[in-house]
Amino acid sequence: MKTEPGKKLTRQEEFVKMHRRHHHEIASWRTILFVLFLILWEVSARLKWIDSFFFSSPSRVAQCFIEQLKHNSMLSHIGVTLFETLFSFLLVLLFSLLVSTLLWYSTKLSEILEPYLVVLNSLPKSALAPLFIVWLGTGTKTIIVAGISVAIFGSIISFFTGFQQVDAEKITLVYTLGGSRRDAFFKVVLPGSVPILLSTAKVNIGLALVGVIIGEFLAARRGLGYLIIYGSQVFQLDMVITSIIVLCIIALIFYKSIQIIEHQIKIKFKM
Amino acid sequence: MAYMHNILELKNIGYSYHSLHGETKALKDISFGVREGEFIAIVGPSGCGKSTLLSIIAGLLTPEEGTILVNNPDGTLHYPKIGYMLQRDHLFEWRTVYRNVTLGLELNHNMTKERLDVVDQLLEDYGLDKFRDKRPSELSGGMKQRAALIRTLALEPQLLLLDEPFSALDYQTRLFVSADICRLIRAAGKTMIIITHDLSEAISLADRIIVLSGRPAVVKNEVTVNLTLADDSPLAARNAPEFQQYFNMLWEDMTHEN
Repeated sequence: MKTEPGKKLTRQEEFVKMHRRHHHEIASWRTILFVLFLILWEVSARLKWIDSFFFSSPSRVAQCFIEQLKHNSMLSHIGVTLFETLFSFLLVLLFSLLVSTLLWYSTKLSEILEPYLVVLNSLPKSALAPLFIVWLGTGTKTIIVAGISVAIFGSIISFFTGFQQVDAEKITLVYTLGGSRRDAFFKVVLPGSVPILLSTAKVNIGLALVGVIIGEFLAARRGLGYLIIYGSQVFQLDMVITSIIVLCIIALIFYKSIQIIEHQIKIKFKM
Repeated sequence: MAYMHNILELKNIGYSYHSLHGETKALKDISFGVREGEFIAIVGPSGCGKSTLLSIIAGLLTPEEGTILVNNPDGTLHYPKIGYMLQRDHLFEWRTVYRNVTLGLELNHNMTKERLDVVDQLLEDYGLDKFRDKRPSELSGGMKQRAALIRTLALEPQLLLLDEPFSALDYQTRLFVSADICRLIRAAGKTMIIITHDLSEAISLADRIIVLSGRPAVVKNEVTVNLTLADDSPLAARNAPEFQQYFNMLWEDMTHEN
């Protein structure tokens, strides 16, 4: 918003200005905090307050990252983890949408399956990983299954709960207008659950990443999870910490992408 | 107003709700007729089974006892086409106003040009034409109810059922909107059954009022409303000299159990 010099701001302009200033302030503090952390880390390593062999340092991380890019295949490790995570995530979305739809259609089925879902959801999925290795061998298949296993049950439960929370009167409305149960699902339940579908997706992509890293720890020759385990075994902690930082960035990008998609959908449907 | 014939006749309707704790009798021996073009209000204490009765008439519930008879002018036993208006407008925010009002046609796979022309005409008549591409949240409370009415009328029902409509609106808006919607339904030449717990609303809108008792609900009284009116608006009805008498009579019925 442009204001002519010397002209007094209106209350509205003042409000907008304050609002923007607040957001800038938050963003600046976030950056400052991050930079301070990096400086403190670097300085403590240089002054030998911490042993950079164990704790690394920003410069060593950067060096390691560049070296990995040059000599080893950092990019291919990142690519493998990204691919496996996205693939698991899409399968989780697909499966849980299918299953929760079935559960919504058949109240009986949902009643029968409820305790199983609750138990499977509470089960630490890392406990299953060794089984997956025996059943499926070491490789991409096992890792994707591990990724799916972490997110799927919670996702089914969230979707189904979302479907159930749709206003019953809206469903009655569809019936009074001569619609079927199928119409009720596609015209009311599904479009009415979009916000819950999106927020669940945001959680799921993180969970899929968790599952994939667990899988890579145990059953991979490639990927960031493998790099972390390998690095710790050969005591190259720079490599471990670099991989962890790359994971942080990936998680951030995933989260932001879904947030952007969510925002776009909200604009499109004016929600 | 000359009523030709009964569009609907309820004979000894009974209905109970069942739970593990036992049976709750909701409706008992309910009988009354509805003439074509008539406006009927059903009043009764809250929880007496008014909505149950409306759901039975709408065909959403099957009565346990009794029958619903239909006498069509041509002698056939075709159940009248019924439009049901719920307590809230339930316009879907993810659809435009136009796609909301055509929802019924869409569900019945009946998006013919003829029907859509009717919808267009209604949108124009009800002043919603310029809002057709807007979202429901951009409409006022009254306009939302008008849109809900178009959605119902698009299917060309003979009989409209209103289950405590407008009850989500604040008092002033409600006075205006209920008068407005009922005027539009009369103008469209439809028959209407409205459920309400507001006696003033019943007197001002209906030709006949059916008073139900508490549970199990029986028909306690039937009151034909004849008001001396300056004009035909429901707001004017509240100023009619007989209004207070009707009100007192209904109040007696409602408060004195047997």
